[in-house]
Amino acid sequence: MMKQLFLAICLLATTITFAQSEKYMNAMGNTLNEFKDAKTSEEFKAVAQKFERIAEVDKDQWLPYYYAALVKSIMCITMLEKDVDGLADNANATLDKAEALSPNNSEIYCVRSLIATAKLIVNPQARYMEYGPMIDKFLEKAIAADASNPRPYYIQASNLVNTPEQYGGGCSPAKPLAEKALALYNSFKPASAIHPTWGKETTEQILNKCK
Amino acid sequence: MSNQSKKMKKNILLFSFLLTATIAMAQIKITGSVKDNKQRALQGISITLIGTYDGATSDSIGNFKFTTYEKGNFILEAKSLGYKTVTQNITINNEALIINFNLKEEISELNAVTVTAGSFEASDKKRAATVLSALDIYTTGGANADITATAKTLPGAQQVGEEEGLFVRGGANYETKQLIDGMVVSNPFFTSSPDIASRGRFAPHLFKGTVFSTGGYSALYGQALSGVLLLESINMPERSEANASISTVFVGAGFQHLAKNKKSSIGVNYGYTNLLPYFKIVKQKPDYFTAPEFNSFEANFRIKTKKNGFIKYYTNFTNGNFGLRNTDIDSNIYKNAIDINNYNWYNNLSYNENLSKGWKLQLGFSFTTNKDKINTTVQDKNNQLITTGVSHIDNKNFNLTSWENTTIARAVLEKKITGINVIRFGTEYWNTHNKYSFYGYEMKVNDNYIAGFAETDLYLTNNIAFKIGGRVENNSIIKKTNFAPRISLAYKSGKTSQMSIAFGEFYQKPELQQILDYSGHVKQTDYTKATHFLINYIKKSSLQTFRVEAYYKKYNNLIKTFPDTNVSGSGYAQGIEIFWRDKKTFNFLDYWISYSYLDTKRDFLNYPTKMQPTFATPHTINVVTKTFVVKWKTGFNLTYNFATGRPYYNIAFNNNTQQYELKDEGKTISLHNLGFSVNYLPKLGNKKAKTFIVWVASVTNVLNSQQIFGYRYSYNGLNKVAVTPPAKQFIFLGCFLSWGVDRTQDAINNNL
Repeated sequence: MMKQLFLAICLLATTITFAQSEKYMNAMGNTLNEFKDAKTSEEFKAVAQKFERIAEVDKDQWLPYYYAALVKSIMCITMLEKDVDGLADNANATLDKAEALSPNNSEIYCVRSLIATAKLIVNPQARYMEYGPMIDKFLEKAIAADASNPRPYYIQASNLVNTPEQYGGGCSPAKPLAEKALALYNSFKPASAIHPTWGKETTEQILNKCK
Repeated sequence: MSNQSKKMKKNILLFSFLLTATIAMAQIKITGSVKDNKQRALQGISITLIGTYDGATSDSIGNFKFTTYEKGNFILEAKSLGYKTVTQNITINNEALIINFNLKEEISELNAVTVTAGSFEASDKKRAATVLSALDIYTTGGANADITATAKTLPGAQQVGEEEGLFVRGGANYETKQLIDGMVVSNPFFTSSPDIASRGRFAPHLFKGTVFSTGGYSALYGQALSGVLLLESINMPERSEANASISTVFVGAGFQHLAKNKKSSIGVNYGYTNLLPYFKIVKQKPDYFTAPEFNSFEANFRIKTKKNGFIKYYTNFTNGNFGLRNTDIDSNIYKNAIDINNYNWYNNLSYNENLSKGWKLQLGFSFTTNKDKINTTVQDKNNQLITTGVSHIDNKNFNLTSWENTTIARAVLEKKITGINVIRFGTEYWNTHNKYSFYGYEMKVNDNYIAGFAETDLYLTNNIAFKIGGRVENNSIIKKTNFAPRISLAYKSGKTSQMSIAFGEFYQKPELQQILDYSGHVKQTDYTKATHFLINYIKKSSLQTFRVEAYYKKYNNLIKTFPDTNVSGSGYAQGIEIFWRDKKTFNFLDYWISYSYLDTKRDFLNYPTKMQPTFATPHTINVVTKTFVVKWKTGFNLTYNFATGRPYYNIAFNNNTQQYELKDEGKTISLHNLGFSVNYLPKLGNKKAKTFIVWVASVTNVLNSQQIFGYRYSYNGLNKVAVTPPAKQFIFLGCFLSWGVDRTQDAINNNL
């Protein structure tokens, strides 16, 4: 009987621990779904705040900080936020926390490049010299940190497709990068259900456009 | 599966079920609202039950709602960018809770109002929305990459073509000073001949920021009655590069080396300018017997310190000479020749450091030596010097050599007090040593100036800020101490709009030539004085700026040269100015329009009474447009300046009344100037290119309009000659090459 009780307690403890991590996985999973469905500025803001709440509870996890920064950088790039500089700086500060937990992370470098892009868009004429090379540098670092990550290639392809041909952009330089990204997406296995997977659909769109 | 484990599973299931049931029963709703201190609903505020995932985001009417399974004592937090975080201790029992929050705005540099009365912030330092950048200066049609020429397209400055410098709001050009890193530049322009404006010595790319203040400027600066053009040098170049240029008037080459760790850099540049080939092709009105020729050498180094401070040194040595002759106005049969040789050496050493506890230190040292050798002669038809026996003609045969050494030392300490409130104070010392040699007769004037100043930026809220400061100055020639108070107040009237008012007193020692008598004695006088009152309204988004400013300026103690040198002169200037810059309405076009209305009169020098000075006109309009055609990699820039006519006078001494009298007066025709420039960047965006190329072509006065800047009178008043530019147009064609860094990327504009 004692043995049974002991076992039961052990099992219960495991279940509780598992439940804690399950709680985290669920919260992340739900917020990621809301992220997918978000369209308005208010919705994106709410999603970013949810990730931040998770981050403040599970302080040893880099993913919630990473996603909070990703949402903010997307709000900046898509001009859903008026104060782009303020939010971009804030996103970088959030990303600093993620980086402290997971240094030299390819995914984090990708978001750094998005934030630099957001900063550039505010005043391209005056800021190109500062942020243009910075975007390239972060993407190079992302590839160096994990050559099997498709996202830096996808972001490079996407940046090029949005650059006029006269400036070395357009489909011809973008296409091989998008193809490389797609090949990597096809073999890419996220470390868990909540690790980053984004970018494949847009890569396919680039390839459709650049047939 | 064994029986035992089955049983256990069942137990656990039951237990889990029970647990879930309990929790489900205890789900508590927490609702509330978030408002600011004026009871306005705040949207997008994050509400968090600390230590849990539970929380919500406030909606458009400031309400939030969420449910939680938690029980007990918790902290509920309301947080958002731009507001001070507020927390409340709550106890969650079995009843729903209603919790309301009041948030206060955080006073931050990003949200706070800026004190802008009188000044145009023209850099990309803090905000996206700027008025002017270095690139703007390079791409202003007709400005030929001259900082001052571009500043003239902003409201407040007059279109004066016969003299260099900025004539601001009824002020003479010497009333507006140029400062590099806080220190006045004593000879910012190349030496010019009478009636022909010269260019500035400094290239726009040396500076990361340009602020043009047309009144009410900070107590940190002094000795400029009308305004200041503040140039802030760059800290570090982006990359190592070599450059070369060739154009219709100059050739140049240089390099810039940036250390691998980006902690230091060194650079040198050499330029040679000669207008002879150009003058051979494009006929000039004066007869240039020596076409302008300049050698200029520049060098710099920059070191970044451990605490992110900078030590910077810049030096510029220029030697130039030119000679020209015009028909002598008094005789009409002779010629009047002028021959000028100039040496100028400028040095600027600065050190900025972040000290501990929020203190910042700025130290500066500058030394300039300038020598002008001027030789003017009256010549006959064979260009030989002649003496006529008529004194007012023979007086034009003379030699003058003038030296000026200026040494400036400056120290400013800045301390963040609370939040973004700042105090600054410091001191500066200038020594100016002038020496003149006139036919072997020497005159020397030594002048020491010392000033102490203090200023504070006080933010009451994000919406109301004060800048209060004062300046104490003492000059050894004037032998008096003055105190100049400066106050401005800014109020943020809306999300993108603000109003400012400013008041300030400004002192300036008189120009030496106005108080120096023929025997070389400096007449004991007083500081000239201007009092500024201004009010402005600005509405600004990242792509559009609207600004309107009204001002009143009172002049006292202006120098009168008759009957004896004295300070009984006075005057006023008042006006209203409008500025509109828009990068939004037309996708392809960036343009600005400025309008200045000026009403001014002054009694100074030999003016018989209060009159509108010859450098002032009531209406000035500038339209600056820029467009970049991505497909052609070409930028087109068109600038139109319009100014109503300016007065001209013949003020002559009447021997009978022993008074200066106005013998004749008139008004020039209106000024029209359409300037055009094209920049072609063939290697733009080509990341593989090793050589980067910028072609520039520009023309001033495209429409070939007649431009008259004023009239000069002969000694007897019978001959009146129009002052016009040496040629109606100036045409420039140049090619700029660089290796190592893609300078052409500078030009990528909003189309990209």
